Order: sequence, then C-alpha cells, then structure tokens
Amino acid sequence: MVVRSNMEGGKLRRTTTRVVGERFIQWVLLVCAISSIFAIFLIIVFVFSQGVPFLAEAGPSFLTGSVWLPADSFAAGTWGIFPMIVGSLIVTVGAVAIGAPLGIACAVFLAEIAPPTVRRALIPSVNALAGVPSVVYGFFALLVIVPWIRGQFGGFGTSVLACWIILAIMILPTIISISTDSVRAVPREFKEGSLAMGATRWQTIRSVLIPAASSGIIASIILGMGRAIGETMAVLLVCGNSVTIPGSVVAPVSTLTAQIALEMNYATGAHQQALFAIGVVLFVFILILTGLANLVSRRRVTF
Amino acid sequence: MAAKRRETAAIGLLWGAGIATLVILIVILAYILVNGLPLINWHFLTTNPGIRGEAGTGIYSTIVATIAVTGVALLVAAPLSVGGAIYLNEYTKETLLRKIIRQAAEVLAGIPSIIIGLFGFLFFVIYLRAYTGGWSVLSGGLALAFMVLPISLRISEESLKAVPAELREGSLGLGATKWQSITTVILPTALPGIITGLILGAGRAIGETAAILLTAGGALGVIHSLQDPCCPMTLYIYNILTEYNDTRDAYGTAAVLIIAILAITFVTDYLMNRYTKKLKGL
Amino acid sequence: MSGEIEISIKNLNLWFGNFQALKNINIDIPKNAVTALIGPSGCGKSTFIKTLDRMNDLVDNVKFSGEAIYKGRNILDSGTDVVELRKEIGMVFQKPNPFPKSIFDNVAYGPRVHGIRDKKTLHEIAERSLKGAAIWDEVKDRLGESALRLSGGQQQRLCIARLLAVEPDVLLMDEPASALDPIATSKIEDLLHDLKKDYTIIIVTHNMQQAARVSSHTAFFWLGEMVEYGPTIDLFERPQNKKTEDYVTGKFG
Repeated sequence: MVVRSNMEGGKLRRTTTRVVGERFIQWVLLVCAISSIFAIFLIIVFVFSQGVPFLAEAGPSFLTGSVWLPADSFAAGTWGIFPMIVGSLIVTVGAVAIGAPLGIACAVFLAEIAPPTVRRALIPSVNALAGVPSVVYGFFALLVIVPWIRGQFGGFGTSVLACWIILAIMILPTIISISTDSVRAVPREFKEGSLAMGATRWQTIRSVLIPAASSGIIASIILGMGRAIGETMAVLLVCGNSVTIPGSVVAPVSTLTAQIALEMNYATGAHQQALFAIGVVLFVFILILTGLANLVSRRRVTF
Repeated sequence: MAAKRRETAAIGLLWGAGIATLVILIVILAYILVNGLPLINWHFLTTNPGIRGEAGTGIYSTIVATIAVTGVALLVAAPLSVGGAIYLNEYTKETLLRKIIRQAAEVLAGIPSIIIGLFGFLFFVIYLRAYTGGWSVLSGGLALAFMVLPISLRISEESLKAVPAELREGSLGLGATKWQSITTVILPTALPGIITGLILGAGRAIGETAAILLTAGGALGVIHSLQDPCCPMTLYIYNILTEYNDTRDAYGTAAVLIIAILAITFVTDYLMNRYTKKLKGL
Repeated sequence: MSGEIEISIKNLNLWFGNFQALKNINIDIPKNAVTALIGPSGCGKSTFIKTLDRMNDLVDNVKFSGEAIYKGRNILDSGTDVVELRKEIGMVFQKPNPFPKSIFDNVAYGPRVHGIRDKKTLHEIAERSLKGAAIWDEVKDRLGESALRLSGGQQQRLCIARLLAVEPDVLLMDEPASALDPIATSKIEDLLHDLKKDYTIIIVTHNMQQAARVSSHTAFFWLGEMVEYGPTIDLFERPQNKKTEDYVTGKFG
C-alpha cells in the first residue's frame, strides 16, 4: 500500500506566472541567438561608414591605381591599391596551389590508408597545427624560411615565396579536416562496389572516392582561400611590405591585410579612412568567397 | 603490372603527404621549443618586460594581459553563444530564422581578424571610449569576443543536438518545465561538448594578434584595471620582431604560447573522449 | 478495483496536419485498474495515451477536439497547466530512457524538479519508489552508479520508479516491455499486478497474451477508431465486433 506524501500539486489550472516566466526566458535566449546577426550588422555599419565615403570620393581609380602614397588629406595623397589586390590574390592562389594538393593527399591518407596508430598521432597533430597562433607562424617564417630563401635565391628573402610557403602550411588544417570528413562521408557501398570489381585502392580513391567527396573538398579549398586572403600577421612579417606588383617569386609584395595592419596605428585623417576603404574591399572579397563555398558545397556532384 | 606499380607509387605518395604534415608540425614546434624552452624559468615568467625591449627580462605583464583579454572575451561570448545555441536547438525547429543565424555565425567566423580590428578600433576604442578607456583590455577583449562567439555557438549547438530526444521526453513526461529540463538534463549532458567549444574559442583568443594590434594599445606595464592599455603575448612577439634587435625573448614568449596551445589541444581531446564515454554509461 | 472512473474521454478527435489520427474516441478509464489498448501498428493507440498527458503538444501541426474529464476538469482545454498535469498523469516509454546520471539522481529527479530539496525526504521517496517498482533490492547498494549500467529490464523498472517518485495517479505505459527479454517482461507484468492497487494504469501493447494477462479492461483500436471496449475476458472470448474478432483470433495484425 503506497502512502502518498503531501507533495505540492493538484492545481491543474495553468498559472500566469509559469507562462510569463517561460516567455521571459525564451526572449532572453532569443536575444542571445540574434547576437551573431547583430554583430555582423555592427561591423558592417562601422567599417563601411568610414570606408564607403572614401571609396566614393576616390572612385574606381582606387582599385585600378598602382601608386600608393597616403597622406593626411585626400588631395595630398595618391590612392591606388591595385598592387595590394594583386598581392593578395597572388599570395592566396600560390598558397592554395601548394597547400591544397598536400592537404587533400593527407586527408585521403587519413581517411583511407593510415593505420589506427598513425591516425592517433596525426589527427591531434592537425588540431595542434590549427591552434598555432598566426604570429608564431610568422615568427617561424621570418627566422627560418626567409633566411633560407635569401640563401638560395638572394635578395632580402621577404617575398612572395615566403608567403606562399607559410600560408600553405597555415591552411593545411582547414583543408585536411574538412576533406577528411568529406571522404569518410562517402557511402561505403561505393568503395566496396569498386573494390569488389577488382579495382586497386588507388584506383578506387582516384575514380570513386575523391569525385564523390569533391564538393566537400572544393568547399574546403575555398574556405582555405578565405583564410589565406584574410591572414594578416604571418604575411605582414614576411611579405616585404612593398606596394608593388612583384616581378618574381622572390620579389617583395604587399597584401590588403598587411597594409592595413602596417599603417593603421599611425594613420590619421584621410589616410585612416583609406585603410577602412581597403577593409571594405577585403570584406567584399571574403563575402564573395564564402558565398561561393556555400554554393559549391550544397551542389550534389554526380560522377 | 603498370597498375600495380602506379598503385604502390600512389600509396607511397599518400603516406608521404601524411608524414610531411607530421614533419611540418614537428619542425615548427621543435624550432620554437628548442630555442625557447631554455629561456623559460620562474624569473622569465614573473618579471616584467624591459621598457626598451632589452632581452633577458620577462613577460609577466604580457601573460597577465593575455589572460585578461581572453577572460573578457569568454565572459561576453560564453553566455551569448551558449544561450543562443540553447534557443536555436530547444526553442525553434528548422525555420528560416535558424538558418539565417547559422549563416550569420559562419560569415562572422570568416571575417578576417584585421577587419574585426578595424571595427574594434572604431567602435570600442573611439566610439565607446568613455566606457572602455580607449585602447585597453576591455576594447581588446570585446573585439576578441566577436571571434570566439561563432566557434562556441557552432560547437554548443552540435553538442545540444547530440542529446537524444528520449531524454527530453522523459524529463517533460515527469512534469518538468522546459527550462527545468534544459538546466537539469539537457545542459549537463551536453556540457563537455560545450566546454570544449569554449576552450577552443579561448585558444583562438589567446593566439589572436591583428585585432589586438588595433585595440589593445601595446603598453607593457601590468594592468591595474580593465581600462588600461595592455600588450598580450602575441602582440609582444610582433613588437619584438619589428622593433627590437634582440629576438631572444620572442622565442621564450612563443614557447609559452605553444605550450598553452598544446595544453588546450590535449584537454579538449580528453574532454571529448570522456563525453562520448559518459553518454554510453561507462 | 472500485468501479470509479478516473478519466472520462468524450468525442476525442485528433489531427496531425490533415491526417486524422483519432476519430471520435469515447471511453471511460476505470480507476485503480489496468486498461489495455490493443490493435495493429499505427492505429492511434500511442497517440491516444499521449493525448492524455498532453505530450502530443510537442508535435507540430497537431489539433484536437473533445474532452477528457479528469478530477472534474477537461484536461484538453488550453487553460490546463500541462506541467502540473504531467505530475499526475505520467508516462513510461517503449525504450527505457534513464538520464545519464546516477540511479539515485534519476529517481530523485522528479521530486527535485518539483521543489523538494531535503536530502532525507529525497532518500525516503527514492527508497519507496524503488521498492514500488520492485527494483530496490537490486540497486540499494549502488545508488550512486550510473543508471546506464543497468540492464534493459532494470532500466525500465527504474523509469517506472522515477515516475512513482512523482506520485501520479495515472500511469501511461507505451509498450513498456516490447524492448525487453521474456524474463524482464514477466517482472514488469508482475509489477503491474501490484501497482494497479494504487494507480490507474493504461498500457498499450502489441502482445495480446500480455493484454489478457494483465488487464481487466481492453480497448481495440483500428485505424484511429476505438472499435470495441469492454472487460478483457469478454473482448477476447466473446468479441462483439467482427474486426475485433478477426484481430484477436490472429487473422490480421
């Protein structure tokens, strides 16, 4: 026989306190959720508020001009960022050209070939690579890669090549982790079907797995490109900081990001606004890239 | 026959890629640690940097600055991201709002840190000068919060999603309110994942430089309040490399940073392991 | 069995979007007895009991009409506090769903959530409930262990104990033994015999023998309608409706 203790309860009518309380909590959490949208909104408003008027005043020659001689007042300076745009692009494309094949190969290795012990060592290593601060990468590049380039090719060593190497290393974790997931997500039936027909492991990888995972792999590359274009500190330390179009891989260069970081702390007046304008250009670039990445990763690729 | 040879060559190349990645990491870590570890001793960690950048001093104030700035970032980003994740996962279905918020978080995550720095400069250092003290710990930390938020939001949302639906039903079926279910069953179950997300976000904040460059001020003294300018470790390394001749302290600072990052990597790995074990009742 | 009615359902209709899952259900559930709901899959049995503790509210696009009179009020109307309702009408699910906490914290969950903090009281309630669910002897020395380490049958009895700790009047059971082995199942059935003295129990089951073993009244559901309802013996031996007869004699389902 169960003895019922005297628990509160029995009031089955819904009380307003309960409703109001739950509503309040829901509202607070909604505000938290919207914070990301609000954050982007704030960033755009403030950065654009400084950059867009300058862009309007400077006109298209801002993007096409090759001479960058900033000054406090608009009239006294020459505002052309074309070499920076070229610099950002060259540095990014090169980094991806080096980093993507290596990263994809490593991803395939992790997903298909590596024995468990090796995987247990490699996966935390990729995570560790992802965690290294950019300034430490730049530090390493400045003290190891740059002297090596100087020794091999002459010149100062701070160059396009230095940026390529260090940026390639920096985007490896992005490409590796996303590509590994993509390859592992390919349904087992595809792999088994191929092997069952007598194809070798490599043939299966090349003709079945990689194409099937291609949309994820491409998305990872585009994300890597976004990282490379947005990277500041490492590039700042080893690019040579020369607002010129580089004539060779060992020539110095400058990027949109590096120039902003370099000059921002002592720029005033029109010069400061010009840097914000560069920020706007950079922002638009990144938005385009992110949009591309999403488009690609949503398309289902048939093969 | 040719296929067999191509097969071995290809597999060999893939092995090479894996090993190369490992080697790259080891080389970088080794270079920093071999040169930097010997410099780390109690004196190094507890003395302040020399004003003129003399080497052989210490990095105490920079350590304090890094901790302070990261702390501010976490204090702001944690409630917003965890609260937001709870809202997205528990109070909405797959509506447009949820997709927009997720997209916004992704865009935010992709914004280059220098642009966050530009924004932080305008908003926190200039516009809100009266509250933040201009270039300061507060300005730097608040700017960093923008970078921690998307990481923590994504991982928190995934952790909450991983909580099985039966647990929610069981809790509600016993007469718990929605909020009670969240705080007593769902959050505790998802907690290791959420904490991992926050730790990873903290790692990002610790390693960030460009945004700090434009918002923290770079002053080398020990901070007395959140409105004082400061120089976190990452910024200190940059300053040493670009202004001073003797780069020894940069090695030591970088080594400390690397150790912090390695510790974070291990802790998050361990936490994720325990999390999956707990869900299985071991 | 006292002959009193615990819940009186009148003209209950329920739709998921455009699909009508329950059609004009009328049934009086007797107090302190076991009522079994039988019928083929997807015929509305689970939906029916989930209406009684308002768990269907969690589903999108659900609409219902009709009344369920319990303790003098219609618990289907919008003014009902469903949180309080679920303390009085509790549910055990098909798949045992203990929380990833200790055995004690599982049983103490309900009372804690309802405001009881005193450790001594919680222990008393826990012991009483675990005894009531016939699992006390098996767990009394390991209350601090994770509930997930129990076997399936033990987990289900723990879920029942968890429910008893909230002191409901009505226990809704949605195929509580279907995920369990025969020995665990018979333990649950024995438990029902004891529980029915103090609780009103409604059990959904696929297993007609089980319904015959445990229940005093049975309702047969077919395509969202309650085709027949009556004392279990009558329903099985002298079914009045042809569909009922076909089902209990195994012609379909």
